[in-house]
Amino acid sequence: MEPRVILGKKAFSFRSFFLQWEWMLVLLFIAVNVMNVNLSEFYWNFGNLRDATMSFLDKAFIVLPMVFVIILGDIDISVGSIVALSSVIMADLYNHGLPMPLAMVVCLAVGTLCGWINGLLIVKFKELSAVIVTLSTMIIYRGVAYILLKDQAAGKFPEWFNFLGWDYIGGIPFILIAFAVFAAAFWYLLHKTTFGRRVYAMGSNLTASRFSGVRTDRIKIVVFTLAGLMSAVTALFLTSRMGSTRPNIAAGYELDVIAMVVLGGISTAGGKGRMIGAILAVFLIGYLRYGLGLVNVSAQTLLIIIGLLLIVAVAIPKLKLGRASARRRA
Amino acid sequence: MRERGGHTAVAAVGEALGAAAPNKSLSANIARFREVGLLVFIVLLSVGVQLRNPSFLTWENLNDIAMNTAILSILAVGMMLVIITRGIDLSIGATLALSGMIAALTVKEYPGASPAVALLIGIGIGLVCGALLGLLVAKANILPIIATLGMMNVFRGLTYEASGGKWVSAHQMPADFKAIATGSLLGVNHLIFIAIVIYIAAYYFIAHTRTGRQVYAVGSNPESAEVSGIRSGRILWLVYTIMGGLAGLAGVLWVSKFASAQGDTASGYELSVIAACVLGGVSIAGGSGKISGILLGSVLLGILNNALPMINVSPFWQNWIQGMIILVAVLVNALVKRGIDRNHLMRRRI
Repeated sequence: MEPRVILGKKAFSFRSFFLQWEWMLVLLFIAVNVMNVNLSEFYWNFGNLRDATMSFLDKAFIVLPMVFVIILGDIDISVGSIVALSSVIMADLYNHGLPMPLAMVVCLAVGTLCGWINGLLIVKFKELSAVIVTLSTMIIYRGVAYILLKDQAAGKFPEWFNFLGWDYIGGIPFILIAFAVFAAAFWYLLHKTTFGRRVYAMGSNLTASRFSGVRTDRIKIVVFTLAGLMSAVTALFLTSRMGSTRPNIAAGYELDVIAMVVLGGISTAGGKGRMIGAILAVFLIGYLRYGLGLVNVSAQTLLIIIGLLLIVAVAIPKLKLGRASARRRA
Repeated sequence: MRERGGHTAVAAVGEALGAAAPNKSLSANIARFREVGLLVFIVLLSVGVQLRNPSFLTWENLNDIAMNTAILSILAVGMMLVIITRGIDLSIGATLALSGMIAALTVKEYPGASPAVALLIGIGIGLVCGALLGLLVAKANILPIIATLGMMNVFRGLTYEASGGKWVSAHQMPADFKAIATGSLLGVNHLIFIAIVIYIAAYYFIAHTRTGRQVYAVGSNPESAEVSGIRSGRILWLVYTIMGGLAGLAGVLWVSKFASAQGDTASGYELSVIAACVLGGVSIAGGSGKISGILLGSVLLGILNNALPMINVSPFWQNWIQGMIILVAVLVNALVKRGIDRNHLMRRRI
């Protein structure tokens, strides 16, 4: 995260550099860690921190494409259901005799297909918002998972499948390495390619970008398909960690993911935000949860905290903007 | 006003093509006769189910359907108002659970309290939740989906906190609290009675009051509503508060009907309510929606929920069926809207 690279050609000024939302996140991150260290003596321990990372990183894979979706000014609330469906289909096929590597490929394919269907519907029916389309596919995808597996669990995966969620390479969790690779790829895609620039352009003004020759429909479909694919990647890691799957797996993931993206400074109005902010937010929320879990804060209280965090994260930039525009008017 | 401009060449062709309904495309007709279409579908569905299972069209079962539909249809009124203003409320399941839980805890602590107190407490909590949401949407300008998604978790978490993770079950509730849902007034079950009163009030509100019409104005064009002097912030606030109040009322009715209050009461119920609205022709793009439409939409969903188990459809299919219904309904709505717009274009004098 070289600041000069992010800032591009603008003149470097310390003031604007340190007034960025990302620095706010870094401060929050430090604050959370200081708080956690004071709350529990077990927090500041390399082994614990490393293993905590493994437990919250599964949903972080969806955060990466969700940044694109929200920069477009859209939203995708079907991701949790895509995780469930692709995981259930993978388990079901494996239990019916398909070799595990093939089942994993099918898992990725199912996720990609689900995402593509979302994108296609949103592009073909422009008068419908992405909210309502993904709301209905959210129910449908999870519905299919329920049809396939009833309310049972499926599992008994081969021994080596545990590798994804539980193993280390040179002392570093495999899931962390995988996340780093994907994060770098998505960061590159968003900030260093024409595709990324077009996504920003579409987020700030869809009509203008279409008239400037951006193939808006195609880009939108690709972005939603990516969200589906990464949901399937999450399904692989999550299923490996849990050792089995059920149709209600990953319920509520959409909220966590959207909360992380929004907390990362990506504006829900579209066109604004950076990948690094979302990645910081992943670790911020992850360590917050882990630390509060150590001192026995209940899952329900965490629910309240995450909900409030989401609201506050969206509200703060709005308040600042409101004041700035009021001053301009005066 | 545009009717007189209809004698263009294009319209003449349209007239020649559509003998039954001159000057109208098929989709425009669907829009006009949506209620009739829904009614026909309901009748066909009922006849079909009745042929498979003769106990469907009995007085007890119909009464059961009406009671089950009552709560859904009450919530649909609030949701329609929210959707008309281009919003959406995903938090009502949680609001319902929270107010139901608090009401149940109250009657558990004070068994002597009158049921009216429980109702008032439920509605009050719902109003507070709704007002809070309205504030976030109207004043802080947060997207409704984000605000309600966040508050959904807050309300749901508070429900668990309030109850300490425990249930309030039937034997802990006094008889007259449970009688809210089981008793009847003038031979009509309380639930149905309350729903009817709310529908009459809602019809009067949206069709015959200034504020009701302003809700539509804000939904169909926020800018021009603002320019014509409507305080759209206030309207938004009002709409979410009404939604919260109705959810609070529904919470008490729900807990009284099922005689149990749990942390996960009505989890995901908001989706059924949204389904009832879009089935009834409430446009997700805002600005349109009819009371008669959502009533029929709720009844159709109520019948489906009741009929599917009766004709041996596995409960695991219900999620899928509901999702498909929402999707197909919004897609048909969109196509219908396109047809109407095309029709208007055709009839324009050039």
